Amino acid sequence: MAKAILNCTINGKQIEEYIDVRMSLADFLHNDEGLTSVKKGCEVGECGACTVLIDGETFDSCIYLAIWANGKSIRTLEGLEDREGHLSDIQQAFVDEGAVQCGFCTPGFIMSSVPIIESGKSYTRNEIRKLISGNFCRCTGYEKIIDAIEKTMQKRLDDKKA
Amino acid sequence: MFDFKEFYQPKDLAEALEMHAEHPEAVVLAGGSDVLIKIRGGREAGCDILNIYGLDELRGISMNQDGTLVILPLTSFSHVTRDPIIQKYVPTLGEAVDLVGGPQIRNIGTIGGNICNGVTSADSASTLKAYDAVLELSNAKGKRILPYADFNLGPGKVDLRPDELLTAIMIPKESYEHTYGHYIKYAMRRAMDIATLGCSVNVRLDKEKLHIDRMRIAFGVAAPTPIRAFSAEKVAYGRGFDETLLDDVAKAALDDVNPRSSWRASKEFRIHLIQELSKRALKRSIEKAGGNFNG
Repeated sequence: MAKAILNCTINGKQIEEYIDVRMSLADFLHNDEGLTSVKKGCEVGECGACTVLIDGETFDSCIYLAIWANGKSIRTLEGLEDREGHLSDIQQAFVDEGAVQCGFCTPGFIMSSVPIIESGKSYTRNEIRKLISGNFCRCTGYEKIIDAIEKTMQKRLDDKKA
Repeated sequence: MFDFKEFYQPKDLAEALEMHAEHPEAVVLAGGSDVLIKIRGGREAGCDILNIYGLDELRGISMNQDGTLVILPLTSFSHVTRDPIIQKYVPTLGEAVDLVGGPQIRNIGTIGGNICNGVTSADSASTLKAYDAVLELSNAKGKRILPYADFNLGPGKVDLRPDELLTAIMIPKESYEHTYGHYIKYAMRRAMDIATLGCSVNVRLDKEKLHIDRMRIAFGVAAPTPIRAFSAEKVAYGRGFDETLLDDVAKAALDDVNPRSSWRASKEFRIHLIQELSKRALKRSIEKAGGNFNG
């Protein structure tokens, strides 16, 4: 089967790999790169557990061919911690607000939250709901997830003003 | 691993068209939110792939000198919605594709893939029909221009020859100028759902904003393919804005549609939706155009 060279940046690190063209980005990140935050849930682009950022936009990596990422910059949950392994503000907010129960959907939700909190814009709860509508959580009922995103968004906006 | 065999990877559009002529059986892969899922589900398993997703020359939205809006087929739904030209001249299209799936699907799904799939529920289809979009279809030898009105041949079947690719979607100036529209997607959920019924209406009012100068209406899931409802359009011409207009349009639309029962909804419910959504979308379009309803 055909193979191709994949050149891309993952969490700030430049990589070059020779990969099977049939591989999904989710498989590549999880299995080859050891980024186990990238979860395969439905594998058909419905649940959002495999959400990663590609050039700043959210994608379901399970239905994204790994070779499409050539020349692009990918971010996964692992890229949010600082060098010492401290959680980022949005991760900590998920813990503090009780937005995590079984945890399977959490990395995907947090990656969908990143463009929201990094946008510098203020979103209403309904707008946040729409922006995370591609992620499914079967435990929490969403309210606490929205709390965590809203609080982090607000804190960043306040810090910016100060 | 996705189960496909040969993988053709053109470096530009010219090479893609040559490869397509040489391998007409290869499935064209754009954003993949339908094709990759069909492969995984076994329906297209073992097929050959012509991978065009990386062809950036097929992305973007621009306006020609004559005012024709040109949407390149690999533009993602989210980029259509965010585009300043779309927001200014055909906001209805941006609003319609903002109802597809969820954010991740709108980032990967392409407007060209949406209409080339030929399914009746495509959220971009009814608005593109209602705006008399024109398609540019290319092969290695040249290109032809086809009204989108003539593109759908049947469920999942479009007038795309084996060696052709959709290379542009165009909306003529005459079609969007002084024109205001509204799209309603009716579905069971507010996200991650396929339309039970979709209705796109747009109107151009007379100078005094008292009568309808042109009304166009199209539906998704009201027939085996996305369709225009010309009987309803005729009824609206020259009329003022009141409840009888809405009733007459809704009733006339039934002459054009052919809904069926599916697991999503019964035929009877779809007939109800066709009438109700026609009324709501028309009323909203008139309001957006500055018309005073019951005024």
